[in-house]
Amino acid sequence: MTDLRAAVAAGTLGSEESYRELLQAIVEVARAIFGARASSVFLHDEETDELVFEAVAGEGADDLVGRRFPSSTGVAGWVLVTRQPLVIEELQQDPRFAREAAESTGFVPKGLMAVPLLHEERALGVLEVLDRPQEAAFSLKEMELLGLFANEAAIALDLLQRAREARAVLEEEDGQAAALARLAARLGEAEPEQREAAQRLLEAIEAFLAAGSGGQLLDDSL
Amino acid sequence: MAASQEPGHFGDPSLPAWSLPAGEAQRIAIGVDWPERVTREWAFGDATGEGVRVCILDSGVERGHPLVGGLEGAVAVVKGVDGHVSVADDAEGDLCGHGTACAGIVRAIAPKASLYSVRVLGAGFKGSGPVLLGGLRWAIDQGFDVINMSLSTTKRQFAELLHELADSAYFRRTVLVASAHNMPVESYPWRFSSVISVGSHEEPESLKFFYNPSPPVEFFARGVGVEIAWLGGGTIRSSGNSFATPHIAGICALILSKHPELTPFQLKNVLYLTADNVAGGR
Repeated sequence: MTDLRAAVAAGTLGSEESYRELLQAIVEVARAIFGARASSVFLHDEETDELVFEAVAGEGADDLVGRRFPSSTGVAGWVLVTRQPLVIEELQQDPRFAREAAESTGFVPKGLMAVPLLHEERALGVLEVLDRPQEAAFSLKEMELLGLFANEAAIALDLLQRAREARAVLEEEDGQAAALARLAARLGEAEPEQREAAQRLLEAIEAFLAAGSGGQLLDDSL
Repeated sequence: MAASQEPGHFGDPSLPAWSLPAGEAQRIAIGVDWPERVTREWAFGDATGEGVRVCILDSGVERGHPLVGGLEGAVAVVKGVDGHVSVADDAEGDLCGHGTACAGIVRAIAPKASLYSVRVLGAGFKGSGPVLLGGLRWAIDQGFDVINMSLSTTKRQFAELLHELADSAYFRRTVLVASAHNMPVESYPWRFSSVISVGSHEEPESLKFFYNPSPPVEFFARGVGVEIAWLGGGTIRSSGNSFATPHIAGICALILSKHPELTPFQLKNVLYLTADNVAGGR
């Protein structure tokens, strides 16, 4: 029943798109604030135990979304498994990293900041900011700012995941949840008088179900 | 910013709580002058860490890295298909570099300490909780003097067991040094008072550390722009509480090599009395 409620509460399938846009807006702002070359959010896919590019701003924005890699590899992996934010500078000196980075980001960053996306008890993913300007030394203030973005991104990621779960319920074969969601959508679009009548009908159905096998009740309500 | 006003913080809200920005050290200066003077010279002057066993509970350690040198031993904690956690010799070294970086910092501070790697990270994110617990339990059973934990878990289901383990380490004279979060995040084990929790300051000195009068983060150590060991024998510059923690673990090793009789409680007191912001640092 909770799943049904979640499915209906999600309202329309459009919410998933809105949360994606929100996540995209967060990486765009993070990139702009830090004056960085790129910023991305990775989602931890619990089923496959992989990190997935969920939103990318700047370099790689066109072709990285959806790309996956094992959850404990790379700097994003460190950050996910240790739950600790990390800043690394002068990365391109390391050939192993350069190859890995090129494979996963399409370019070799000079440095990066990465922070885990923690929401309630869960580590949902990782936020990365790549190649902030090198002239200023990294400071704890930036770490704090990054943490604020991470809070925001974690909430957006959580909403996105919930919307996806709701969609999965809607797409289940028995179709009950889908029928309810369609009903909710129709109700939203209905003319006022139509909606009033529909509302009464729904209340009657609810009372009917609450009364168990009480066909009598249905008659009275109508 | 006064992040200290966030929930979970119990000290003076006007003081820095989660990290120590440059130039803020004088704001947390503590004027207490106890009659028995404990100085840095007494605490760890000329100490090398010799005779102290430090465990790096992390992603493994690259053997023979110039910044790490030799290891006393290395094991990997793995979860079998039946869910059972077991400990076996580790031939793979470090899968991601995090543990090697931590080991290199301890080695730089306490060059003669014995380092032991217990790998609990790197085999995927899933199931990492039981592996972490299994690794910590094993490490406590081995009686290491210091265990460096530059990691934490946010899962409440593990908190109670971790708490018991942290307390048992404390009473068995194993000092757990754990990375704090630089945000008001509920994670473990750093929040337990039986461990020594560490956040970052921005100064470039490796032996500089501060006591934090606004817990739960108890000490601030060097965590910004640290030269760390990197896989393949190289080094790289990095920042994070992950690297502040082994600074304190290394200093604990120094103190214990000179004063092996100290309990974790006494050791924490010595850290407090010799911190740079306590009685002017002496």
